[in-house]
Amino acid sequence: MMNLADSAPATNNMLGSEADSQRTLYPYVTGTSVIGIKYKDGLLFAADMGGSYGSTLRYKSVERLKSVGKHSVIGASGEISDFQEIMRYLDELILFDNMWDDGNSLGPKEVHNYLTRVMYNRRNKFNPLWNSLVLGGIKNGKKYLGTVSMIGVHYEDDHVATGFGNHLARPILRDEWHENLTYEEGVKLLEKCMRVLLYRDRSAVNKLQIAKITEEGFTVSEPYSLKTSWDFNAFKNPTLDAEGSW
Amino acid sequence: MTRFEESAPVKGGFSFDLCKRNEMLVQKGLKPSSYLKTGTTIVGLVFRDGVILGADTRATEGPIVADKNCEKIHYMAPNIYCCGAGTAADTEAVTDMVSSQLKLHRFHTGRDSRVVTALTLLKSHLFSYQGHVSAALVLGGVDVTGPHLHTIYPHGSTDTLPFATMGSGSLAAMAIFESKYREGLTRDEGVKLVAEAISSGIFNDLGSGSNVDVCVITKGNREYLRNYMLPNLRTYVSEKGYSFSKKTEVLMTKITPLRELVEVNEGGDAMEE
Repeated sequence: MMNLADSAPATNNMLGSEADSQRTLYPYVTGTSVIGIKYKDGLLFAADMGGSYGSTLRYKSVERLKSVGKHSVIGASGEISDFQEIMRYLDELILFDNMWDDGNSLGPKEVHNYLTRVMYNRRNKFNPLWNSLVLGGIKNGKKYLGTVSMIGVHYEDDHVATGFGNHLARPILRDEWHENLTYEEGVKLLEKCMRVLLYRDRSAVNKLQIAKITEEGFTVSEPYSLKTSWDFNAFKNPTLDAEGSW
Repeated sequence: MTRFEESAPVKGGFSFDLCKRNEMLVQKGLKPSSYLKTGTTIVGLVFRDGVILGADTRATEGPIVADKNCEKIHYMAPNIYCCGAGTAADTEAVTDMVSSQLKLHRFHTGRDSRVVTALTLLKSHLFSYQGHVSAALVLGGVDVTGPHLHTIYPHGSTDTLPFATMGSGSLAAMAIFESKYREGLTRDEGVKLVAEAISSGIFNDLGSGSNVDVCVITKGNREYLRNYMLPNLRTYVSEKGYSFSKKTEVLMTKITPLRELVEVNEGGDAMEE
């Protein structure tokens, strides 16, 4: 059915140089953190729209939040081309599911499990898809939110994040997330986290999207930017009383 | 005479003589011994009337907690304190040394110490050891020129900031500061924010833990609030007590007479060969 075989079969000589050129060794165009939270009516996700090429901010309109079928949303950080490949796999998965035409549709739990298997199997062949994924959705009133890393580490929780989001956003979410956040509270909480990431993650850009999934379906906001404040008095003349330091 | 010329005069400080030999040993496969680190969360913030410093109290040796309640806010001068992250011996030694130097300087000049003096002494010491003295410091104090807060990195660079965090828990603490800091905080708001930032480090970073220490420095006064918060009390105590019997404990005795369970076939057929 699906051709998951990559062009590099699992070689016995792990350091073979020809096989190396067929395996992912390092990422090139990367996206930074994604954050996901559960709220009263479903799930909310936030991700900025930057695609960095090393230390250059190469692409500024990369959509890193996509819908999967009727019930799920996927957000990806890491190598953008691998994310596009994952979207091809997922589109094929959903298509085949629809072709059964049996009234059932794949929910977020199933998609999460599928992605986990894909990522883990690729990792075992030393040819990973260089992404950290956030996968969530709601089906028949049940909310689900999970994450998968490039080596297949997966878990579900009420709030998840990738990359820097784990260090900067999750402490805030652990303090301030609670069940039954309203839509406005949820967006405000995500924006709070995205602002901290904007200040402290060098690969973050000030152009983000918020995606929402409820029983009604999937919506993603138009790109917008956050207000930041740089006008602390202390920043204006930091070494006023400390001549010679910086 | 030639003997004297050959041997270098005895100098103080770190001797780099063994570095080449250590490198050679590592290449041969020797694992370097782990040292006591303060995987740490330390913070500082400038408020309306002065400076507030905060720190957690866990000292680690690899994966083990070596000290559950160590002191990371070091005394430098009556009006200057310094939080230290990195190798515990290095932070202890370097702050003690500069504290002594500051005291001598106070005697010499007849004036209170200034924060920039401590800053310059620390940074020039760390720079001359090229990062080998693994001490990352948050230095804060109030002197005649006002309240000051600086961060000092192991290689000797410094920053002058209104709020700062260092150590392995610095990102967790900085997330709190970046979302809640404002200029002109009152003393109580400042202490609350510092305690919140350190708690964020304690609960979200594995290298930090145990209690929160706070130090509030204002003009002419300082309050060293050791163990300001104790959010990790040992609350479970086993009712059975912690002494165990020397022999194997008999939990239950049950005697099952075998005859009842075994069917003895009297005069049955002999077994076939």
